Amino acid sequence: MIRSFFQRAPIRRLLVVVGVVAVVELITGPPGSNQYPTSGFTGSYSEAASFFGLFRTQRWVVFVALALIAWGIVEFWTRYGAAIRSGGSSALAGPRQVSEKRPVRVGFALALLVLGILLPHIVNNAFWQSALVTYVAIYVLLAIGLNVVVGFAGLLDLGYVAFYAIGAYTTAWVTGALPTPPPFGHALDAFWAIPFAVVFVVIAGVLLGAPTLRLRGDYLAIVTLGFGEIITIFANNLYGITGGSTGTKQIPHPVFHVGPIKYTWGLAPVPYYYLALGSVVLFLVVFSLLQRSRVGRAWTAIREDEVAAESLGINPLKFKVMAFAVGAASAGFAGVITASADNFLFPSSFTLVFSINILVLVILGGMGSISGVVVGAIIIQVVQAYLNHTPPSGYQQPDLYIYVGALLITMMIFRPAGLIPSRQRRREITLYEESHEGHPDEVLLGDDV
Amino acid sequence: MLEVSDAVVRYGAITALHGISFEVNEGEIVTLLGANGAGKSTTLRMVSGLQAPVSGSITFQGRDISHTRAHDFAKLGVSHVPEGRRIFPQMSVEENLEMGAFRRRGSIGEDLERIYETFPILKERRKQLGSNLSGGEQQMLAIGRALMSQPTLLLLDEPSMGLAPMIVDTIFRIIGEIRAAGTTVLLVEQNAAHALRLADRGYVLENGRIALSGPAAELLVDPRVRAVYLGEDVEAGA
Repeated sequence: MIRSFFQRAPIRRLLVVVGVVAVVELITGPPGSNQYPTSGFTGSYSEAASFFGLFRTQRWVVFVALALIAWGIVEFWTRYGAAIRSGGSSALAGPRQVSEKRPVRVGFALALLVLGILLPHIVNNAFWQSALVTYVAIYVLLAIGLNVVVGFAGLLDLGYVAFYAIGAYTTAWVTGALPTPPPFGHALDAFWAIPFAVVFVVIAGVLLGAPTLRLRGDYLAIVTLGFGEIITIFANNLYGITGGSTGTKQIPHPVFHVGPIKYTWGLAPVPYYYLALGSVVLFLVVFSLLQRSRVGRAWTAIREDEVAAESLGINPLKFKVMAFAVGAASAGFAGVITASADNFLFPSSFTLVFSINILVLVILGGMGSISGVVVGAIIIQVVQAYLNHTPPSGYQQPDLYIYVGALLITMMIFRPAGLIPSRQRRREITLYEESHEGHPDEVLLGDDV
Repeated sequence: MLEVSDAVVRYGAITALHGISFEVNEGEIVTLLGANGAGKSTTLRMVSGLQAPVSGSITFQGRDISHTRAHDFAKLGVSHVPEGRRIFPQMSVEENLEMGAFRRRGSIGEDLERIYETFPILKERRKQLGSNLSGGEQQMLAIGRALMSQPTLLLLDEPSMGLAPMIVDTIFRIIGEIRAAGTTVLLVEQNAAHALRLADRGYVLENGRIALSGPAAELLVDPRVRAVYLGEDVEAGA
């Protein structure tokens, strides 16, 4: 009887909400100390605190109030959310039909683009102008690339940082900033590193993909994880080629010089922002065209059922390698922008945690959903930049992982398809909820039968 | 049209097919019968390129295809409806059918119409998701999808599996129509009575070997077949 009580959905949701709020209380509470190991824990609930600046009370009161408010919202949304979203006609919707709202999306994208162009002038502040490049644009570029691999083709890639590193190191090599001489013995401007970097990461994608993409699911994830580590270890240890663990500090700013047109990027972040924004738009267009093309269909088919796709004449290996290479291209681009904007690079920037951060952006935004990934990446990265720039009292940079982790868990429970789910994922999740016949992840990762 | 001779298939140390030989002639419906684990599905996997034989040969229209890869079979004109239907659950019925024409160029509108004529229910449900279909509709969709590649040889793996008897009748009637329209059919089935009544010839697989073969009408009255695969079923059903 007790068991069935806890299995009731509202009770389960209450427990989840209480758990999340407990974690939030704990991470916002006072730190522990060596003498009193439990003081952080007890203080988190017993200390006095301000309730949204309205009145002061014990933290546990805030805790209970927050939990109940959150639970109320969740319950309300579960019960009436569907009706609100569909304008109150959900009961009459009939069998699920395929629908698309493309004109709305195009309008929305254009509005975002205009906002993106105006943004550096709106946030007329040195930190945010540089954060728009280093925190936001670069990560958006990386996230939409990884989304091709993970979201479109359903391949779990944990070594995505490798392509970013290859892009950055190619920039250093082409501009003559590495111990190893530049190609043809002639250093180029960082701008011309872009084609080199893109070609190199695509080649790296094919080299990694061709032998490993016969693997599926977890096995592929492990191999890609290894690949990411190998690249970092190479960068660290090949002193004569990469400069070892100190990397290089001499990467020049890009110069665009064709005929009479000459533009030099300098220390100011805004020109880099526009360079990054331009490449984001370019890749967004390319990736969404690809998604709607024959290639995109093949990726969807492989993700949903590889054997069926194969029997219909789709070469799974070819299309998976293509996803790897195409997805890597935007990481290569991001590598060039980072390296030339920063002027320096170290192997220690290219870690496993970095790959996982990008993956989190993709998952939170909505795997396979371009708009979701862009919006998700922007939100998370802006919050991260804000927390690093103006940390609340007691906040330290690594704390972010706790917040993001809690957010990820909460999202997986209440909105597993991500912030703005892709058409396909939205279908997968609703179908799962309707039928309970298969777990949506099986669809995502491809079963191994 | 399709000739398999002495084909051996191994999964690691386990031999699934101990050198089987059979042939399918143009315009025929040939059925492969056998109990669970007899090697029926392995045989189909082999003649659709999903599993290469370690020895022996497979020729299709005079070409050796024993090492052709699965995704190139669609181009050859061989279409495989895999076991368990394997439709794309999150694509609509029409998107599923379009995937069937993946390797073809040019317009597919006529083929879609042709499939919708054969399976009117699919036209009704063309905007619905694959996974919202019933089992029978999914089977029709899987067959329709395979036909979109305009195959000359259609491989069907247990199309009656898990379906209500009435639906099974419909599926088998449609397989007959597909043959009448000029497509050769290789049919793997557990439902021996049904398959033998539809087929021209049949092969019975036992432990990875061909135990019996002959015209379907003869197999249907063969005492060994009746004892093992038909049991009381044939008395009741005939």
